[in-house]
Amino acid sequence: MPGINLHGMWAIYRTEMQRAFRTVWQSIATPVITTALYFVVFGAAIGSHMQQMGGVDYGAFIVPGLMMLTILTQSISNASIAIYFPKFTGTISEILSAPLSAFEAVIAYVGAAATKSVIIGLIILLTATFFVKIEILHPVWMVAFLLITSIAFSLFGFIIGIWAKSFEQLAIIPSLVVTPLTFLGGAFYSIEMLSQPWRTISLFNPVVYLISGFRWSFHGVGDVSVAASLAFMAGFIALCLAVLWCMFRTGYRLKS
Amino acid sequence: MSTEPTTPILSVAGVEKRYASGLTALAGVDLEVRRGEIFALLGPNGAGKTTLISIICGTVTMTAGTIRVDGHDIVKDYRRTRSAIGLVPQEIAVDIFATVWNTVRFSRGLFGCAPNPAYIESLLRDLSLWDKRDSKITELSGGMKRRVMIAKALSHEPTLLFLDEPTAGVDVNLRRDMWAVVRRLRERGVTIVLTTHYLEEAEEMADRVGVIDKGRILLVEDTADLMDKMGKRRVTLALQTPMTAIPPELAGWPLELLSDGQRLRYSFDTHAEGTGIAALLKRLGELGIDFTDLDTERSSLEDIFISLVERA
Repeated sequence: MPGINLHGMWAIYRTEMQRAFRTVWQSIATPVITTALYFVVFGAAIGSHMQQMGGVDYGAFIVPGLMMLTILTQSISNASIAIYFPKFTGTISEILSAPLSAFEAVIAYVGAAATKSVIIGLIILLTATFFVKIEILHPVWMVAFLLITSIAFSLFGFIIGIWAKSFEQLAIIPSLVVTPLTFLGGAFYSIEMLSQPWRTISLFNPVVYLISGFRWSFHGVGDVSVAASLAFMAGFIALCLAVLWCMFRTGYRLKS
Repeated sequence: MSTEPTTPILSVAGVEKRYASGLTALAGVDLEVRRGEIFALLGPNGAGKTTLISIICGTVTMTAGTIRVDGHDIVKDYRRTRSAIGLVPQEIAVDIFATVWNTVRFSRGLFGCAPNPAYIESLLRDLSLWDKRDSKITELSGGMKRRVMIAKALSHEPTLLFLDEPTAGVDVNLRRDMWAVVRRLRERGVTIVLTTHYLEEAEEMADRVGVIDKGRILLVEDTADLMDKMGKRRVTLALQTPMTAIPPELAGWPLELLSDGQRLRYSFDTHAEGTGIAALLKRLGELGIDFTDLDTERSSLEDIFISLVERA
């Protein structure tokens, strides 16, 4: 009897990916169209009246923020639905009765959700190259930030999916917390542009650290230091894992 | 390890389940299921049947007690015990957008087995699902969905199979097919634990019967022994002329009057020496009591069950 149920993890991962491919055109068309719209509005209409930001053209400047905006919301919604839907339909009992540890289930579900986010992030990047010239100064760090953010927010989404008791609750955190924080977190501007006290207040917005770090990997400049961004990510992942550990230990909203 | 043939495939000891709401679903259950048998768990709704099965399968946590499957603790050794268990749940719960083939393959992988398309094919053929292998679950009828649930439960070749109310709301064809599958599984050495409301089926299918009510096991017995011990036969006579009381000449017979004196019922043990029917009919003739119809019946497991529950 092997110590790890690799077949089980693969079964979940594969099924989750198949679920995405069932709606493949929707999965691809949505980010492509959204990105194109943002470029038309922010890049062409507004950007033409804007000066360079941090030594970068405005169009190129918003690319990392735009990617983050979609990655955060997609990670959360993919992972939360992946676990909420089985809870809703009752198929969760099969997962709970399987010879699979909670940790293995998390890796499989979160891995699949994060994979989808990374793919969507890359599609947005590709779409952006049709509108602006993009240079990536630190490609390895860019990929690392992309992966870490996708994993961190898929974990967060997984927690929301376990916590949620209704489809309304499922939508509340992404739409009322994450999207506003992303817009206010410098997705389309540098917080340097803000006057006090808003600049200091912004530093309490966790998304600032994500976007800043990601933008640094593209353009070499960010609102906060890369170390601060990485420390925030590590802390956020640790917090999510701790919450999940408590949830599984107590069977919270999964087992009676 | 303690896996010699004498070890029960399932051993439940002192299992209690109290929900946070204060409801006690199981109040100390002890039960042993023998390797290779078909065991029927009978009880009214809310008796704790599904709770017990859910605990053994790992979807509900127990408050107290220990459960061993094939000698392995279900909590400490959950990987080993859960790989050995298949469950056909009462409710149909399956990803309705998946195809039959994909969902069965998913279950096999989930339970830690390497892919085996040949096995899944034979499974789907046995359950008359082969033609539907590429259909989405949402396109299937209720009976077909239930077949899919059985295929999923058997996908990882379990040695202990739980069928929770398998025939509730199921048509005759499916019921027949299902029992055929169950018999074949038993021949292969699979132990089967089922709960059912179709008591004749438990009587016909099960080697042993356990009766559960209010979270306690009332009795566990060989089905045949139970029928012998508790089985009664009855003869009911429809009288031509209603009676107000049983005539004193018949006082020695265990008789009762039913339906305002229009029916006379005679009950006797299945194994009594000489049933006395002939003597009774002769005596009735001598007394000039005519009857228009005669009906004999054997008490079913249901009657036995009701009398047990009433006694407890």
